[in-house]
Amino acid sequence: MGQLKLENACKSFGNVDVIRDVNLDVQDGEFCVFVGPSGCGKSTLLRMIAGLEDITSGDILIDGQVVNTTPPSQREIAMVFQSYALYPHLNVRDNMGLGLKQAGQPKAQVASAVDRAAGMLDLGKYLDRRPGELSGGQRQRVAIGRAIVRKPKLFLFDEPLSNLDAALRVQTRIEIANLHRELGATMVYVTHDQVEAMTLADRIVVLRDGRVEQVGAPMELYNNPANEFVAGFIGSPKMNFLNGPALGAVGKSVGIRPEHITLAGSGDGIEGRVSHVEHLGGETLVYVHADPHGLVTVRLFGEHAYAVNDRLVMRPDMARAFHFDENGHRLHPAPA
Amino acid sequence: MANPLFSARGNLGRTAAAHAILIVYTILALYPVFLILINSVKSRRAIFNDPLALPTAQTFDPIGFQTVLEQGNFLLYFQNSLIVTVASLFFVLLFGAMAAFALAEYRFRGNLLMGLYLALGIMIPIRLGTVAILEIMVAAGLVNTLTSLVLVYTAQGLPLAVFILQEFMRQVSDDLKNAARIDGLSEYRIFFTIALPLVRPAMATVAVFTMIPIWNDLWFPLILAPGEATKTLTLGSQIFLGQYVTDWNAVLAALSLAIIPVVVLYLIFSRQLIRGITKGAVK
Repeated sequence: MGQLKLENACKSFGNVDVIRDVNLDVQDGEFCVFVGPSGCGKSTLLRMIAGLEDITSGDILIDGQVVNTTPPSQREIAMVFQSYALYPHLNVRDNMGLGLKQAGQPKAQVASAVDRAAGMLDLGKYLDRRPGELSGGQRQRVAIGRAIVRKPKLFLFDEPLSNLDAALRVQTRIEIANLHRELGATMVYVTHDQVEAMTLADRIVVLRDGRVEQVGAPMELYNNPANEFVAGFIGSPKMNFLNGPALGAVGKSVGIRPEHITLAGSGDGIEGRVSHVEHLGGETLVYVHADPHGLVTVRLFGEHAYAVNDRLVMRPDMARAFHFDENGHRLHPAPA
Repeated sequence: MANPLFSARGNLGRTAAAHAILIVYTILALYPVFLILINSVKSRRAIFNDPLALPTAQTFDPIGFQTVLEQGNFLLYFQNSLIVTVASLFFVLLFGAMAAFALAEYRFRGNLLMGLYLALGIMIPIRLGTVAILEIMVAAGLVNTLTSLVLVYTAQGLPLAVFILQEFMRQVSDDLKNAARIDGLSEYRIFFTIALPLVRPAMATVAVFTMIPIWNDLWFPLILAPGEATKTLTLGSQIFLGQYVTDWNAVLAALSLAIIPVVVLYLIFSRQLIRGITKGAVK
């Protein structure tokens, strides 16, 4: 069991409202990711769920119980931190077992829980080492192990991959996804990296300035963003926003993803000049400067021999374009 | 390791100059101590005839140490000084660290004012309050007890301790404390088992700064605890300094002995101390 419900959750520090009226329902076994730019309040929201920050108004419910004033250790949650936060004076075994020991469980039970978690995370060899003797990736696995040992209703992850290098980040991301499948536990995960959000989440919550902008499955957000902010935040490379009036569209801007534009040497379309090309092997990113739209990113699959200053024509797939008004709200114009 | 004298980052001349300055300073700083030590084992005549000379077979005379040890109460004074210093140090470090933790960790109304108030003691010398302190001690019946000295020295050491430790407490990772809260550790356990070990170098720094003035103090022992049973070493040594005659052998011997515990305590803390002073400089 592990349902989480937020009802009109608010948090302010003095006069500053950090979280405003957040409503959210996370189902049992769901992998929910909070994503947003830095300072959007996603970590604060997570800490409110953990009980590390008091909630100013509204309710937090875990399995239907209001836990607004329950101390963190009694919420049956476990948290993994960006900085690992391992106890420097304890070895791996004691780091992982401290929570259960503290809860007064018998030694044998603690030992078997630690061994089981260590087995899942391939940490058996390191149980007697101190955190200082482990690499960054191993430390983060210990931190995840510490969370598993507690058998929590809710796993909370606070940017757990941000301190790892790129290769390790991909590997650990896969491990976390496997873990979620194996344990079937409810997980709430905070990240500023939309790739992590897209690859891990069952459901993504996009936050900005302490407000929820949109909630949905990764592909829902990709294919049907509610506003210009979500459209720009989800997807990599970022969506292009073209000048609406120049294209004869209704709204102020027309959003089109880099993968939905094709290039041609001449003919109909938006004329532009190549200002930079990135060859990645599997795909080629062409940056085209076009007035009055500015720099437009075009993503082509495979290898393409474009050179800087080439003149060419872009043809956006208007059927997959999104229209936004001057406030960034999505417009749904009738198909022409 | 490369020879530092000929490494790429320095040349012989500059290194030699730097060392020359440091050596001169070391000699200047240690020379008085050295004089005390050599003269403490010389005869009275030799001290006056040639105070700068090293003791020789003719001038060697342990009379000073004999006087001091035969005076009988010297060991008691020594014990009093040690009790007062160690107890005050313990309370300064304990309460200083606790106050620093609270100020650094918890958001509460008046946090900043409280911090300033606690730091105010650094700027106001505690001796200004001597008369009031004496009145309080008389009223509490604590005159001529070591307790009175421990209380006063704890008060004297706390402001600096709180001020320094507060900054170091802020550097203890929030995530670590939060992880401990989720694991169900009490705030006291978090303080003792997580925060304290991590600020150990800063504690050593504070310990040394606190310890030396207490050990050397003459003022409060003279006023609050001048009784025979509670005399500290510094006060006890005063009997050898007379208005007309001073027993230099005994004074110098007493001073030589008084150096030992401070050196021992300093050695215990010094490794941590250097780490404390340079902490944050390279990372």
